[in-house]
Amino acid sequence: MNCKTFVELVTEYLEGALDKETRRRFDEHLALCPGCADYLDQIRVTVHKLEQLTEESLDPTYRDRLLSAFRDWRDP
Amino acid sequence: MEEAEIEQTLVARLRARDESAFAEIVDANTPAMLRTARMYVASREAAEEVVQETWIALIRGIDGFEGRSTLRTWLFRVLVNIAKTRGVRDHNLREDLAAAPYPDGATVDPDRFRGPDDQWPGGWRAHPAVWPPSPEGSTLAAEMMALTRRDLDKLPNRQRLVVTLRDVLGFDSEEVCQVLSLTMANQRVLLHRGRARVRAALETYLAVTP
Repeated sequence: MNCKTFVELVTEYLEGALDKETRRRFDEHLALCPGCADYLDQIRVTVHKLEQLTEESLDPTYRDRLLSAFRDWRDP
Repeated sequence: MEEAEIEQTLVARLRARDESAFAEIVDANTPAMLRTARMYVASREAAEEVVQETWIALIRGIDGFEGRSTLRTWLFRVLVNIAKTRGVRDHNLREDLAAAPYPDGATVDPDRFRGPDDQWPGGWRAHPAVWPPSPEGSTLAAEMMALTRRDLDKLPNRQRLVVTLRDVLGFDSEEVCQVLSLTMANQRVLLHRGRARVRAALETYLAVTP
């Protein structure tokens, strides 16, 4: 496996979707190539940054609108 | 309690018309629903309408909810279906799948690899630069977060949907396939290209930041 192929397989690797033989060649390349090890690590850092993105808090007026829709259904 | 048990209790409370149960599930899911709806419709107001309609569908449907999927999967499926009928954005799957930054679906610039006549064809010409550590709470971490948000928002729509659901909102791959009606393989391609683009943007930023 070369580096150009490796970088296109990182997601399948992280998803556990590589077949056994490709996985073996991926691991073999990973152990020998510091550039690709860094690339994989950077993908992991990227995923971690994405996981830390937070949602805006809910606008209270809009929330009230949703809760009153619930009450309208419950108490017709 | 197991997750499934917690959900059964929640469904039972909703069926009993317990407003606090509804408030809980609204608080837990509405911000993510608004963000998802915004990827289909043109304005915040339109997204709010789509989300409100989804909640009304949940209220009306809760007595018949069979639990074949989780409540969250069910909610987001309904949300996406409603949003699609209102959607003004183009959601051509084939176009988005093709939206790789380089020829042949490559996500890394082919010029960064050695050519076919080289001693090591397909090897890095120069290894990617090592990223500096960005411990939580540091200025660099905050800047990288802001950049991640900005570049996520710039992804082609389907890539953005998949990356948002998987990484930002923590859905598993099967849930994403169900919510967006994707095959596992297409889901993976979209996730791969989306993540790679965000990584590339961070790399560009870090390369010019000492």
